[in-house]
Amino acid sequence: MKETIITVRNLSKKFGDFIANDDLSFDVYKGEIFGFLGANGAGKTTAMRVLCGLSKPTSGDINIAGFDVYSQTELIKTNIGYMSQKFSLYEDLTIDENISFYGGIYKLSNKEIKEKKELLINKLQLNAVRKKLVRELPLGWRQKLAFSVAIFHEPKIVFLDEPTGGVDPITRRQFWDMIYEESDKGLTVFVTTHYMDEAEYCNRVSIMVDGKIAALDTPVNLMQTYNAKNMDEVFLKIVRFS
Amino acid sequence: MQSGKSIIIENISKHYGSVKALENINFSVDNGEMFGLIGPDGAGKTSLIRILTSLLLPTSGNAIVNGYDIVKDYKKIRKTIGYMPGKFSLYYDLTVEENLNFFATVFGTTIKENYDLIKDIYSQIEPFKDRQAGKLSGGMKQKLALSCAMIHKPDVLFLDEPTTGVDAVSRKEFWLMLKKIKNKGITIFVSTPYMDEAELCDRVALIQDGTILTVDTPVNVVKSFDNPLYSIYSDNIYYLLKDLRALSATKSVFAFGQSVHITFNNGTNIEDVNKYLKDTGHSNSNTKIITPCIEDCFMQLMSVKS
Repeated sequence: MKETIITVRNLSKKFGDFIANDDLSFDVYKGEIFGFLGANGAGKTTAMRVLCGLSKPTSGDINIAGFDVYSQTELIKTNIGYMSQKFSLYEDLTIDENISFYGGIYKLSNKEIKEKKELLINKLQLNAVRKKLVRELPLGWRQKLAFSVAIFHEPKIVFLDEPTGGVDPITRRQFWDMIYEESDKGLTVFVTTHYMDEAEYCNRVSIMVDGKIAALDTPVNLMQTYNAKNMDEVFLKIVRFS
Repeated sequence: MQSGKSIIIENISKHYGSVKALENINFSVDNGEMFGLIGPDGAGKTSLIRILTSLLLPTSGNAIVNGYDIVKDYKKIRKTIGYMPGKFSLYYDLTVEENLNFFATVFGTTIKENYDLIKDIYSQIEPFKDRQAGKLSGGMKQKLALSCAMIHKPDVLFLDEPTTGVDAVSRKEFWLMLKKIKNKGITIFVSTPYMDEAELCDRVALIQDGTILTVDTPVNVVKSFDNPLYSIYSDNIYYLLKDLRALSATKSVFAFGQSVHITFNNGTNIEDVNKYLKDTGHSNSNTKIITPCIEDCFMQLMSVKS
């Protein structure tokens, strides 16, 4: 029996007359890599903000890692991690300082922060540059560090919003290696991307069109259903013709 | 245009303090060509485009755009090129039509005079011509920016990452628009981090860490991949990658969707590899030889360089 970690039932979010999310229902299972795709403006960011406890839905029942999005947003925030392409680290703090800062925000003890920081810096092989400002790090390294920092407090779920945009192809794959490794250890990964090959790395993928979920299945099943040779074709068929 | 070249770049370098953003760049772009500058963030794409559009001085080297020297003749260059920067740089508090009018007037022309050139693109946003530019959707902003970059009928159009952050469907539509512009005889110089867009260009330059990895047609770039490339499918890509990395015959292995792309050291027997995969529990793995894509080539060139 798969353990459900995100439950969404009839999520709607309206801004005045505009319906950004229209009656979304889906589950995400523990340890799953869940791809959340959609065209620009389809409502992905709005839904993601609701799931992270940053915005209240207009209606619907949503449970994240055992907590309710209406009444337990603070508990949700401590049990999830979040990383976006645009902003995830402080460029004018050093690598060391960024890690300590996030550890502190999530209320880890100084001792814990110190121990875990050493492990992380060794794992990412950042020892030689740990006192350097993040802005001096190449983008690829910054994204790997940002992911590690987002899961530093060992959340149950991590939300990744276009984590690999603009990253070179080798680093992009190293980044996905890290995602696989954590998912293998039981972390649930909820990820948006515009790279359709990355959609195929996900266990299941949902595709949003105009505020609704137009399709949700494993990549293999989606390719069969839509008679497509890859996810790029699946995406085109769904977004263009639904 | 001299020698049929729209752009000639000779030994261009750009250093910011100790950072070498561009190092000894040399290539040229033919008249009427769709030329792609392809590489990740931080590779130097924007620096090169700013140099070619006369907005940034190179540390050393020369370049000729449209027959004009980028330093000496910068005023002439600016009249004959169009430039769409990576960041939306129109006036948010002017309407769609006011923005377009503004750019037309700056270049001493009118919307009416060159309407034919932008009609295909502008007609899609014309119903919203009284809306403020800041209130347009991403796709509409892009169409307006492209219209503004073309309203003075440029000979060469520079586009800096027009499709970054744009979904797969809108990206395809944007490239169709570019194709139409090219068919009007305009040279297009476009940068992108998306490797799959390379095949839509006549020729591409692959750029990484401020240096050019190769300049060629997409077909020739693929031909230059000098190892047989295999694709292997398995149910569990994570363990497939781990197991193949542990195999001494493996030269390079990268994930591609639900498969991996892999090259082997000389003398490797594929049957031995398949047997190894069965032994390591990949009972339904499937190995086949494939044609590389630009991304395979980019990664191989990156690995060779480092």
